[in-house]
Amino acid sequence: MATKIFARPSARLKAEHLLEMFWLMLLSRRVDERAWALHRQGKIAFHISGMGHEGAQVGAAFAINRGVDYVHPYYRDLALVLALGITPTDFMMSLFGKKDEYSSKARQMPSHFGSKKLNIVSGSSPVATQVPQAAGLAFAIKYKQQAGLVNPDDSTQPRLALTCLGEGSTSQGEWHEGMNWAGVHQLPFICLVENNLYAISVPQEGQMAVSNVADRAAAYGVKGIWVDGNDVLAVYDAVYEAAQRAYRGEGPTLVEAKTYRVVPHSSDDDDRSYRSREEVEEWKKKDPILRFEKYLMDEGILTPERLDEYETRARAEVDRAQHAAEAAPYPAETDALDEVYAD
Amino acid sequence: MADKNMPMREALRMALREEMIRDERVFVMGEEVGAWQGTHRVTRGFLDEFGEKRVRDTPISEMAIAGAAVGAAMAGLRPVAEIMTINFAFLSLDAIINHAAKIHYMFNGQFRVPMVIRAASGWGDQATATHSHTPEPIFAHFPGLYVGCPSTPRDAKGMLKAAIRDDNPVLFTESIAMYSKPGLVPEEDDFVLPIGKADIKREGRHVTLVAYARGVEWSLQAAEQLAKEGIECEVVDMRWLRPLDMPTVFESFKKTNRCVVVEESLPYYSFGSEVAAQLQEHMFDYMDAPVKRVSAMDVPLPYAREIELMALPNAQKVVDAVKEVI
Repeated sequence: MATKIFARPSARLKAEHLLEMFWLMLLSRRVDERAWALHRQGKIAFHISGMGHEGAQVGAAFAINRGVDYVHPYYRDLALVLALGITPTDFMMSLFGKKDEYSSKARQMPSHFGSKKLNIVSGSSPVATQVPQAAGLAFAIKYKQQAGLVNPDDSTQPRLALTCLGEGSTSQGEWHEGMNWAGVHQLPFICLVENNLYAISVPQEGQMAVSNVADRAAAYGVKGIWVDGNDVLAVYDAVYEAAQRAYRGEGPTLVEAKTYRVVPHSSDDDDRSYRSREEVEEWKKKDPILRFEKYLMDEGILTPERLDEYETRARAEVDRAQHAAEAAPYPAETDALDEVYAD
Repeated sequence: MADKNMPMREALRMALREEMIRDERVFVMGEEVGAWQGTHRVTRGFLDEFGEKRVRDTPISEMAIAGAAVGAAMAGLRPVAEIMTINFAFLSLDAIINHAAKIHYMFNGQFRVPMVIRAASGWGDQATATHSHTPEPIFAHFPGLYVGCPSTPRDAKGMLKAAIRDDNPVLFTESIAMYSKPGLVPEEDDFVLPIGKADIKREGRHVTLVAYARGVEWSLQAAEQLAKEGIECEVVDMRWLRPLDMPTVFESFKKTNRCVVVEESLPYYSFGSEVAAQLQEHMFDYMDAPVKRVSAMDVPLPYAREIELMALPNAQKVVDAVKEVI
């Protein structure tokens, strides 16, 4: 059986780190909300949202070597990639499909995040395909360390591969094959399952006959942990422990963060057809940002004044990002023809 | 060094071994590549010579073989992944088509995917419908991939080495029927044939036969037979389906004004369709006869030997097609 964790490495986080985590969660929410608005205004073609997942994502990001370790995210990981170093302007450029878009020069869909500089690998729209690839990234890490091509203690090099997906993606064969691969080779690999209870419209009980995705980890020789995904610090603790295991060469971990998507799957669907408003409202009360805000206020780390300041700053950053993206040029037709092959 | 006579499997083995010695980032993985020495013995002796780290037996897990190869390539290794037969690569299509082929483009060149997928292709002895495909044109459909299909041991060595050294993903198929066929192979370490360059395997002036892999063998056999009747065929071995060296075909066609395309694969949306389309588009003024195609029949391949052979191309079918355009 998967285990709950009891160690709390997050207790050692300094106030400034906790505030940075909160800020990134809040910023991600405000960027995300603006993206929905832009879609409803007809200014962008598509948006897929991470609202509700911010705690799981920021908690995971802070637990690894951010911007150095490989991350193979999925399309809901806006808060995660903002925590790794993608900026609101970068994201807005991708929403608008502008020429100098950071990941692909507007060739890849928005929310298919990719940055070599930050070791973020771009995924495909078919789900779970990132899992075998992330296992391959982890395989290369171990290969290079064993071959003496990199020093296992060199923290300027990637020392683990973190991949993320929803629980819906764990029904795919790719997930099984990737997990098995990571287990067979005992790779420095973390699979973060952001369990938001729905595969678009299909609830968890229609996807699997077990209560915890993490229970399946044992079948692969992978350590399985499940945590409250709306508790950013609990996710931090679980992923931190997984990362330390990976760095020590102790093998892969599956972390299941139980959370909820408080908005439709994407800008193309209406979730009223498959779940009640009451259910959604209940989950909004457990919002990871509100929860972390209350915790930080109770601890005296966050003040109402500082919260106001963060909100003002977030609005300004989102405005600036949107305006910069709107003002930026679209690609030229000939831009479609470049970079098909490496020179 | 003199050229050495050897079967294609040995030429492939030589190429792979030389590249593994040359570059520590090159490693092989796949089903049965290690302890079992490779399904077609291309990796014979590798486990002993290079060890488990660089010769990875994998689970029966085609999605993971191709997907992990993509990941390992992005992380700076140069995987040579073996899919036991190309038929099983249908299970890996997302990794090959949606990732290997597109990552460089979708990332604006940030990540490269220097990987090779090797797979046996074509029909064996009554291996039937799900086990006898030659689907190279499906893969060649997608920009971002290179697709190489050698027809001789010599080409196999030079082309595989080019594939491993290139920074792009390459799908490399090896005709099952050709593994045991011998030919002269240069022993030099630096024998590398350029990607995307066709080769004239026989010169002639009356008709151009355009083929790849096993189609080249049938074309050469047909050319031999037709020569006795005074018909001289020029046999163009495309070697690569992508990039497709049409300029070499055009040059030949300007001389012969007639063309028969020979392919082991199915006729619809095929290699032959592509070559014929480009000829009518660019060479219409040189065209003295319709372009003929010799392909497998448009059926799933049956089991019984007689009807299996009936469904497939052969040299006689090429001879008959040539006589229709002369």
